[in-house]
Formats: sequence, structure tokens, C-alpha cells
Amino acid sequence: MRRLLFQALMASPLTEPLSRDGDAALAELASQLNRATQARLGRSLSIRELDAGSCNGCELEINALSNAYYDLERFGLRFVASPRHADVLMVTGPVTKNMRDALRQTYEAMPRPKWVVATGDCAIDGGCFAGSPAVVGAAAQVIPVDLVIHGCPPSPASILQGLVALMGQSAK
Amino acid sequence: MRELAALTGRQVERHHPWPRMLVSTDRWQDAINGLVEGRWTLSGLWGDVGVVHMALMAGSDLSVLSLPCLDGHFPSVGRLHAPAARLERTISDLFGLVPLGAIDTRPWLDHGNWGLRYPLGTSQDGAAPEPYPFLSAEGEGIHQVPVGPVHAGIIEPGHFRFHANGETIVRLEARLGYTHKGIEGLMRGADLDRASKLAGRVSGDSTVAYAIAFARASEAALMMEAPDRAQWLRALMAELERLANHLGDIGAICNDASFSLMLAHCAILRERVLRAADACFGHRLMRDCVMPGGVTRDLDLAGVSSLKLLVTEVRTRFPSLVALYDNTTSLQDRTVATGALKAGLALTFGAGGYVGRASGRDFDARRALAYPPYDQLSFEVSVFQEGDVNARVWVRIREVEQSLSLIDQILGGLPDGPIHAPLSVQAGEGMALVEGFRGDILVWLRLNGEGRVERCHLRDPSWFQWPLLEAAIEGNIVADFPLCNKSFNCSYSGCDL
Ligand code: SF4
Repeated sequence: MRRLLFQALMASPLTEPLSRDGDAALAELASQLNRATQARLGRSLSIRELDAGSCNGCELEINALSNAYYDLERFGLRFVASPRHADVLMVTGPVTKNMRDALRQTYEAMPRPKWVVATGDCAIDGGCFAGSPAVVGAAAQVIPVDLVIHGCPPSPASILQGLVALMGQSAK
Repeated sequence: MRELAALTGRQVERHHPWPRMLVSTDRWQDAINGLVEGRWTLSGLWGDVGVVHMALMAGSDLSVLSLPCLDGHFPSVGRLHAPAARLERTISDLFGLVPLGAIDTRPWLDHGNWGLRYPLGTSQDGAAPEPYPFLSAEGEGIHQVPVGPVHAGIIEPGHFRFHANGETIVRLEARLGYTHKGIEGLMRGADLDRASKLAGRVSGDSTVAYAIAFARASEAALMMEAPDRAQWLRALMAELERLANHLGDIGAICNDASFSLMLAHCAILRERVLRAADACFGHRLMRDCVMPGGVTRDLDLAGVSSLKLLVTEVRTRFPSLVALYDNTTSLQDRTVATGALKAGLALTFGAGGYVGRASGRDFDARRALAYPPYDQLSFEVSVFQEGDVNARVWVRIREVEQSLSLIDQILGGLPDGPIHAPLSVQAGEGMALVEGFRGDILVWLRLNGEGRVERCHLRDPSWFQWPLLEAAIEGNIVADFPLCNKSFNCSYSGCDL
């Protein structure tokens, strides 16, 4: 019974997530990412996500990267729990003053070389919340930022695209 | 019968759709007594310049009481009625108004990092951050486990302080406020367009529900209604949002019980919903699609058929996932009897959403207030009594089924006509209570005569759910915390504002 369920449930979605949907842009992105990872870095990239005061919208889309449609682990990209294991810090939110220290400490806990991706309009310039006395604004005001990914929130596809760009840059 | 009619005061003009009274300290005290006796439920408590407001609910009736704070203080509600405690601490932090007699006077949102105090009242220079004294637990062998604000997963920041005896949790206390963005400060002076965008960014997973609540409160203040078609489209978006969130939650809860297969499959269905929303409304989370006066995107025929396909697909696939959940003993072993919340507490706190309905609190704003178009749609509100993680999963399962049915009904009955009505410019106050996926969201606002917001307060359902997580976790093991926490799935950003 269970076995049947498993087979029935697993058959279609997991086998053909990228090609069958006819999502050409995504398939293209996927192959680029694959080449870039292998050619330039030749290893996997570990990402630590940090919510520095987001509305949680960005987190929803970052979480979606792990679903069967985007399955970012295929590309050697993975999310890790500790900043000590991370190459990339993915920051979201308008960096609230209450999160500024936590952001800095998380960055400092990461080994070099390291890259920072400001993800979503808030992390880029404070977005809708810029100017509030409770927020710092851009993540770049607290730590050096290597790449920005626009959107509110950015779609999973554009986050993947951003990571491709980062791979290109980090290998230089 | 109007229970709340006993709370008399001078009725404020141009406050809709429920009355607002300026009351004396005596009436304020009566209101507190009524809360303690369980005659009504606290729906909100917020500050204003020199005034505090309290929203009360009895059945489907609401009322707002306003108490002027002549000397900068007001009789504490939290002293006798615990659900008000953190709301009061917030009022103190933002406005500098003091709840007299309050037991817990620690700051809540103000961590000493803003560089100023009382940002919404008479602001003063800020003091340096001070250590935060957590509530204690004493006894042999008790140790503390501090967690956060940065957590291991891709979730929002907050601090949890556990007191544990071995594996068993003796006391949990949450400290939030890390994502405080000063939204209510930004609201001041914002025009409706900007204010609505801010409201839609209070809690990203509830962007539609917040935008609807804000729009309905604005429309109440302007004494107008959005056109029929807009109301129906709003409900359509709200149900899609509920569907996506519940599917995501069911998967994530099972994943926290180490059953990742459920997450994989639920995430696929969730992604389907988001893609359909994108195709129909131009945004995966349907952000900024609801505005005061109506909606910004109409649904075309292609949209209707893609949603019909979506409903069919989820209907086909979801039952086997439910069966999988129900038949996997190792999973049930984790969810049944874990993190049980007592019915009495859910009632006292007026816990909304799946947290309340899994612990016997039979309330759903869509049914109780029957705001359009829910007055013309049929649906069931499922209530469970056990209050454990399993019950919170089942409420979500039933609500997925109900949302599918509601989407069907909406697609079948969607009226023709305009999707937006012009907004007038006039002063007034409005309020709305809207059922988001997490529970009832309250928005209260005052508009000035220039089409701008003078004061807007947004009360997330999680205000009355976070403290219950602390109660439900007691006696459970530390390792079950992620599971319990996910089953509550309270919003951080929604409460931190
Ligand atoms: S960019 Fe948008 S989705 Fe991301 S945190 Fe900011 S408001 Fe939320």
C-alpha cells in the first residue's frame, strides 16, 4: 500500500521538472549554472541565509528553491545552518537596527573567501522601509555586498540567475 | 443582544463600521473585568498620541474603547488579562504611555538600538542597550538553552530562551522585536497607495489578507464599498494564499518530524498554486493586487481555466498525501499528543486560525463577520479539540479542502462589472477584521481630510498565538520544539511591525 503510494506519488514530478514544463528560461539557466559551477569553481557552494528584518516574503521564495521545480542542490548549491560552513551569505530585509549586530557577527563568523548576496529590494536599499528610524537600510551599509538580486520578492528563477552571476564573479 | 452595549461612552463620529467610544477610567476597568470573566475577547490594544484604544469582540460584534491618558498613563489591562501584556509593552516602547500596575515592565520591541525612545510619541534620545532579564526557572539540574535570533533554517529571526531539565522543557520564553521596521511610523502621513503597499509587507506570507484588511478599513473610513467583482476577486486571491500557505505548512511540519517526503510533494503543489497566481494576477504572492477601492488586476478567461485546472490537480493529488500522513505511524508518533494547547487558554487568548480551531475555539472571521463575498459562499469551519500538532495539521487539511471548494464557487459565481471604484477624499476612521491563513487580522486607521493616513494600527493574529506556543511546549522535549513551532507557524514580522 505504502510502496504503491510512493511510486504513484513519485513518478511524474520528480523525473522531469525542468524540461517538461517547457520553462526554457529556467532550463537555460540551469545548464549555465551547471557549467559555471564546474568550470570555474569545481566545487559546491554553501549558502547561509540571513533574514535581517524581512517581511518573510523573500524567505518564501528562497525556500522554494529547494522544491522539485528548482531543486538547487542539483547544481552543488546548498543551504547550510552554520555561517562557519558557508561561502555565501544571502541577506534579506532592510537590516533593522535590532538585527544589525547579528548580521555583522554572522558575516564575521564566515571563513574567507566569502561573498554576500543582497536578496530583494529591501536588502538592496531598504525598499519600502527606507527612511524609517528603526532600519539601517541597505545591507551594504553594514557588510560588503558582492551581488544584488532585485525583486519584491525576487522569483526563485531570478535568484538562481543571480547565483550564476556570482559564480562567474567569484572565480575571477 | 449587544453584550458590548454595556460599555458606554461618548461615541466618536465617523468611525465605521463598528462604534468607537471615548470612555472613562471606570468603563475601561469594566472592560477589563469583562475580559477576565470571559464575556468578550480582546481583539486589539494599541496606542495613539495621548490615547490608548482597545478593541473588544463579543460574538460577531465589535467595539473600540478609547481612553485618554491625561498624565501619560492608563490602567494596565495585562495586569489581570495576560493576552494584553505584550501589546502594552509595545505601547510603552512606541508611545511612552505607561500601563499602571503592569506586572511585566520590560521593553518589548525596543532593544535599545534605535538611538531614540518612544518614536511614535514624544520621542527622546535613546539609552544604550541593556541586558534583557529573561524569566527564570529554578530547581535542581535546570539549565538554559539560548537560541537565536539567527536560526539554523531559512526562517525569521527571534530569540528563544529555554529552561530545561535534561530533555524536558520547563519554561520557554520568546523575545521578539528583531524585525521591527517601524511600519506604523512609516504609515503616518502616507497616502493610501503607499500605505496599502506597506500593509502588504507587514507579513509576506499574508500579503493578500493584509491588503484586504487595509483596503476594507480604508473603505469603511471613506464610507464606500469596493465593486462586487473586486470583492469576489479579493476572496479568490485570499483563498489561493490560504491554499499555498497551508500546503507549505503541512509539508514543513512533516519535514520537522523528519518526514521529508511530505515536504517534497506539498512543495510541488504549493509551487503550482504560486505559478497559477502569477499567471492570473502577475505576481506569485499576489502582492499589491488588492488596493483600497478594489483590485488592480482582473481575471481573464485564460486565468479562469488555469485556476480550474489547478483545483482539479490539487483535488486529485492531495487525498493521497492526506492518506500518507494519516497512515504513517512514525509520523503520527511525533505529531499526536505533542505540543498540546488547552482549550481554555485558546479561548482566553482569543487565538485565531488553526491554533484556536485545533483547540476548540470555533471562530472564523469569514463566517462570524460574513464580509462579502463570504456571505454568499458556503463553507465549513472545522474545529478540533485535541490541541496537539496533529490537530493543527488536520485543521489545515480541512481548510485546504474548503479553499478548493471556495475557489470553485468563486469561479462559478464571479459577477461582471468594474474592479475598482474611485476613492473620495475625506476624514474618517475605519476598521476591518479579515481572516488570513493564520487567523484574524485587525486593521484600524484614521484618515485625514487630505487622503493621508494619520494613524494606522495592524494587529497580526500571532500576538495571541506566540504566548500560547510557550504554554503548549511546556513538558515537551527540546527536540520537539521545531515541530511545535512549525505547527503554530507564528509570524515574527507581523508582530514586530
Ligand atoms: S524585498 Fe519585498 S519580499 Fe523581500 S523582504 Fe522586502 S518587502 Fe519583503
